[in-house]
Amino acid sequence: MAGTAGETPELIKVHSGAVEVPYDWHCGPYWSRFFRGLRDEKKIYATKCPSCGRVYIPPREVCGPCFARMDEWVEVGPEGVIEMFTVVRLPYTNPSTGEPLSVPYTDVYVRLDGADTSLMHWLDETDEKKIAVGMRVRAVFRDKRTGTMHDIEHFKLI
Amino acid sequence: MARRTAIVGIGQTYHCARRDDVNGQELINEAVTRALEDAGLTMKDIDAIVIGNMDHFEAINYVDGWSVDGSGAFMRPIMKLTTGGTSGMTVATAGYYHVASGFFDVVLAIGWEMNSSSDTTAAITTCCQPLIERDFFAGAIGPLAAEYTAYIKRFGATEEDAALVSVRDHNNALNNPHAHLRTRITVEDVMKSPVLCYPIKLLDMCPRSDGACALIYACEGKAEKLAPRPAWVHTIAGSRDFVYMGEPFQHEELITLERASARAYKRAGITDPLKEIDVMELYLPASTTGVKWMESLWVCGRGEAPRLIREGVFNMDGQLPVNPSGGPLATNPIGATAMIRVGEAALQIMGKAGDRQVPNVRTALATAFGSCSWSDVTILRDTKP
Ligand SMILES: [Zn+2]
Repeated sequence: MAGTAGETPELIKVHSGAVEVPYDWHCGPYWSRFFRGLRDEKKIYATKCPSCGRVYIPPREVCGPCFARMDEWVEVGPEGVIEMFTVVRLPYTNPSTGEPLSVPYTDVYVRLDGADTSLMHWLDETDEKKIAVGMRVRAVFRDKRTGTMHDIEHFKLI
Repeated sequence: MARRTAIVGIGQTYHCARRDDVNGQELINEAVTRALEDAGLTMKDIDAIVIGNMDHFEAINYVDGWSVDGSGAFMRPIMKLTTGGTSGMTVATAGYYHVASGFFDVVLAIGWEMNSSSDTTAAITTCCQPLIERDFFAGAIGPLAAEYTAYIKRFGATEEDAALVSVRDHNNALNNPHAHLRTRITVEDVMKSPVLCYPIKLLDMCPRSDGACALIYACEGKAEKLAPRPAWVHTIAGSRDFVYMGEPFQHEELITLERASARAYKRAGITDPLKEIDVMELYLPASTTGVKWMESLWVCGRGEAPRLIREGVFNMDGQLPVNPSGGPLATNPIGATAMIRVGEAALQIMGKAGDRQVPNVRTALATAFGSCSWSDVTILRDTKP
């Protein structure tokens, strides 16, 4: 063994350094139409199940509970209701960039008018005393849009 | 018809925030060695191995391969499974399936995690769809915190109700020599601790632990010889739901736990879980879940959990003790956390839980929770199914 009597042998730890692995993610026809709606029309499109009638946001091909294919598109929002929220104060690393995230920010789950599921996004208010479940909010679109979730800058209280 | 199968050995490592003194393989070996000792077996007696963790926490893949020397898998069949937070119970379930199927008589199941290898919240966040939700998802804490705002609004629950759960689990951990956090706390301590994600505060949330757990499953005919009081598996049930975080149609409930526990109770012939179950070891990642998820376990009606918690029904001296071990709020090596629930439930059946033993346990329930929002349930008894 390394180390002599009376000494604690050194335990070595190795740090990986910043690891960057680039990925390509495919959106497919449903998300692509959703992102094109945000980018080109400032509209939020959802899909409706022919079997149970639920309106899904984000849109997708299959209703999981019914295992049914959805072909009907409907517009939802841009206003809705806060279903739940949290003000994030815990600092952690953004896994997409490796950079520390700046806190606080507010995650909000918005039940957009006409939808049966909620869209997760940011709210432009970080004082929890000013936010309540059930409050109405509205999507704020960016002027410069590129076809991502961030074409909506955030939601604001109305 | 499945073969009757029981847990006959449980091994847990020393759990703490940083196990700088071992590497992954050595940590796994510590749990395996202890499980073998507990069952009075050697590696020669093991027919097959199942192992699992969350690879992205350590960023080293294929633990089934690189841990072979330490896990004991040299020239044995080994299968690796990973399902997020539920991994430990998925691995335990597979251990049970290996024996119950009749293919193997004695099987070792291993869950482990070296959480200190990475920023756990960042790693967990990679479970979230990167194009749609990842940027709005603050690890495990964000959605759990948000869910509780909906529950508070609907049922008038309070942050103090959650704090009572935190106090119960932290103080129970004082009786558990394997617990990572062993500090007596009060409701005031919880309420004054820093907010992580409103309304969840530091002492409402599970820690990040390094550690491992191993279980040994044996078939009828061998189990009775290996353990004076084996913990017989009566049923295992699991449910999965949504793809997106905004998905559950009712955020106040945990629908996967409702469905999984209802199925498990039916199979085990349980009609009144509050009366018929003697102890529960629940995967409660946050104290808030120890309020709202009790309703999803059918021990009370909607919105009634806060009252039962204030009355102490789930305390060590209450009608249905929950988390005598301290649960995940005290110890959370994630890939092992759910397996520890099964192991602690088994210890309660076997009468080997030491200072945290609940008297006369004949039926014990363990749960697992994973992203998102997945639930598994295991029911163990001292009698054969
Ligand atoms: Zn449907």
